[in-house]
Amino acid sequence: MLNIKGLEENGYHVLILQGEVDASNSVLLDESIQKLIADGNKAILIDGQGLEYISSAGLGVFMSYLEDFQEKNIDFRIFGLSEKVFEVFKILGLNQLMAIFPDKQTALSD
Amino acid sequence: MEHRITIYCQTTALAELRDFLRRTLTMPFLSENDKLQLTLAVEEVCANLIIHSHGCNPKDHIDLEVKESPGKLIFEITDQGKAFNLLDYEIPDLIKVKGEKRKGGLGIILVKKIMDEIEFESTKGTNTCRLIKWFQS
Repeated sequence: MLNIKGLEENGYHVLILQGEVDASNSVLLDESIQKLIADGNKAILIDGQGLEYISSAGLGVFMSYLEDFQEKNIDFRIFGLSEKVFEVFKILGLNQLMAIFPDKQTALSD
Repeated sequence: MEHRITIYCQTTALAELRDFLRRTLTMPFLSENDKLQLTLAVEEVCANLIIHSHGCNPKDHIDLEVKESPGKLIFEITDQGKAFNLLDYEIPDLIKVKGEKRKGGLGIILVKKIMDEIEFESTKGTNTCRLIKWFQS
């Protein structure tokens, strides 16, 4: 089960992820990010505090947009991942390719 | 002790698979990180089979058996679909995946990095993928 809520904060468009991302629902994450890019958003923040699990289907969604973020100068940040979810990002080396912050405060102040 | 589950080939069955693994992976030597990563590796193999070998056909099924033996956990995944041998699959370069804006290919990397041994055999239309994780006892 995955819930995605969107809101505006400090100039960022925030996507709050809650639950588990897998191959059955990663399309929801994909559509949400795609829409933010299409709407011309230049600052996207992923709130991962409620993210309990993410499989390669969800990680692949982030991966597939990294090039677009660079090309379109979109500031893309993730924060609040639990230790065990962050570990999965690290196994793939995604922590080297994405701006991942421990909490919202650090994500917004850096 | 042995634990088994049969799931049908639709991606919604993956949540059911995780529930089963949550109930099964209660061994005291497993950390929270171990539990999540083992679940992830098994799910990645099953998701691949569901999507690529069975075309999400809910009439097809996959069997998973979890076996505990001294110093290791064995996850045996069997199906009767198009054989997909993980071992033949070359790990893609992450920078290349990023450059090509691809969504796929990461699952196999996770399985290979998380598991200590992977075995595959295909006999008389049945494919068996064995994922093995060693533990210090």
